[in-house]
Amino acid sequence: MNKVYSNADEAIADIANGMTLMLGGFGLCGLPENCIAALVKKGVKELTCISNNAGVDDFGIGLMLKQHQVKKMISSYVGENAEFERQLLSGELEVELIPQGTLATRCMAAGYGMPAIFTPAGIGTEVAEGKEVRNFNGKDYLMEMAFDADFAIVKAWKGDSMGNLVYRSTARNFNPVMAMAGKITIAEVEELVEPGQLDPDYVHTPGIYVHRIFQGVNYEKRIEQRTVRSKQ
Amino acid sequence: MLDKTGIAKRIAKEIKDGYYVNLGIGIPTLVANYIPQSMDVVLQSENGLLGMGPFPFEGEEDADVINAGKQTITMLPGSAIFDSAMSFGMIRARKVNLTILGAMEVSENGDIANWKIPGKMVKGMGGAMDLVASAENIIVAMQHVNKAGESKLLPQCTLPLTGVNCVKKIVTELAVLDVLPGGGFKLLERAPGVSVEEIKNATAGKLIIEGEIPEMEI
Repeated sequence: MNKVYSNADEAIADIANGMTLMLGGFGLCGLPENCIAALVKKGVKELTCISNNAGVDDFGIGLMLKQHQVKKMISSYVGENAEFERQLLSGELEVELIPQGTLATRCMAAGYGMPAIFTPAGIGTEVAEGKEVRNFNGKDYLMEMAFDADFAIVKAWKGDSMGNLVYRSTARNFNPVMAMAGKITIAEVEELVEPGQLDPDYVHTPGIYVHRIFQGVNYEKRIEQRTVRSKQ
Repeated sequence: MLDKTGIAKRIAKEIKDGYYVNLGIGIPTLVANYIPQSMDVVLQSENGLLGMGPFPFEGEEDADVINAGKQTITMLPGSAIFDSAMSFGMIRARKVNLTILGAMEVSENGDIANWKIPGKMVKGMGGAMDLVASAENIIVAMQHVNKAGESKLLPQCTLPLTGVNCVKKIVTELAVLDVLPGGGFKLLERAPGVSVEEIKNATAGKLIIEGEIPEMEI
C-alpha cells in the first residue's frame, strides 16, 4: 500500500485538458501550492476548477487563471482577484457562484456516496433558479447534487505513505471534504512520515480516500490579510 | 448619529452569556471588541474555527490560523477546528445562536441583499446565503442610507437577494429597528441626537412608530 509519488509533476502527470479538478484551501490558507505550480508548468487547459476562492492575481489559482488554463470556476467568493474579474466581465471565463456551505456539502455528499443534499441556502434567490425545491416540516430546501470531479487536490500538514492525513489549524477548511470527493485524490503534505507515526485517533482523512501522496517543497504559505495588534 | 464603532457597541449589547456567535466581515467584526469580559461567548469563524481570539501580536502571526475574512487571528484556550462541511453543518443545524452581518439592502419583510451588484460588482456570497437561510437570530449592521443619500431600508430589495424573510433586527447609525413577522420596520431606539423625523426621512420601507422612542444607551 505505497501511494508515494516523488513530486508534484509526477503526481499530476495524467491530468488532461478538459478535466474537472477540486482544489482545497480557503483564501490562500491550506492551498496545494506544489500541485498548482506543477499544473501551471504543465500548461493543461480547459479545466473546470471547484475551489472556494480563486486565489489572488499572483498566487493560488490566480496563477492558472493568468495563463488561461481555467474554462470554468465553481466558487463561493472570488472578490480578491482582478484578473478573474476581468476574464469574467469579458466572457473568457465561465463562473458558477454557489453558497460556501453548499460547496462544502456537495463535496461531502460525493465522499459519503450520496447523490444529492437538501439545503435552505439560496431559497428565494437566483441560486435556486432551475433547481428542485422540496418542503420538509414547513421549510423549503433546494436539492443540490454531489460533485463529480476527476481529481481532488488537497494539502495536509502531515501524511503517511498509506495516505492518512492530518491537517493543521484553519488550513484544514475544504481539504478533508475534497479529499473524500475525487475519483483520484492527490495529497501534498509538509511532512511525509512512515505508517505508525500518525496516531490513528488523530487522523483526519483515512488513507482509503487518498490515491497519491507526496512530500511538498518550498511552501510559501502566503498571508492574504496580515492583521496584528501591538504589544503594550 | 453613530459611527461604525457605535453601531458595533450597540450590537454587542444583544449578545448574551453562553452564546455562540458568527460575526460577518466589516462592522460585525468590530463587535468582538465590545463583548463584556464577564460573558462567556464563543465566536465561530465559518472557515472552520470555534474560539476565535484577537489578532496576534506582531511577529506571532501564523498563515494557518485565519478567520473568514482571511485575517490572521489567534485561537483562545478551548478552541476547536473542523472542516468546512461541519462548519456549515453546525450553522444549518442552528447550533450558532446569533449571526451578525452587513447588508446593502434590507426589505420590510426581512429580505436581505449583500452579495452582488449586477454589472458592477460580483464577489460572491461566500457563507452569507447559508447563514441567513438557517440562523434563527440575525442582526444586520448597516448604514441607513447609501452614499447618494438613498434609503437602504426598502419596501422591496432592488439588488439580487441573499435570503428571504430572515432579518430580525437592524442596527444603523440612526436607529435600532425590529423587522416584524408581518412586515414593517418597528422603530425601537434612536441614536444619540437623532430625531424620529430624521429616521422617518431615511427609511423608504414601512416604518412603525409606537409611543415615545427612547434614545439608545451605549
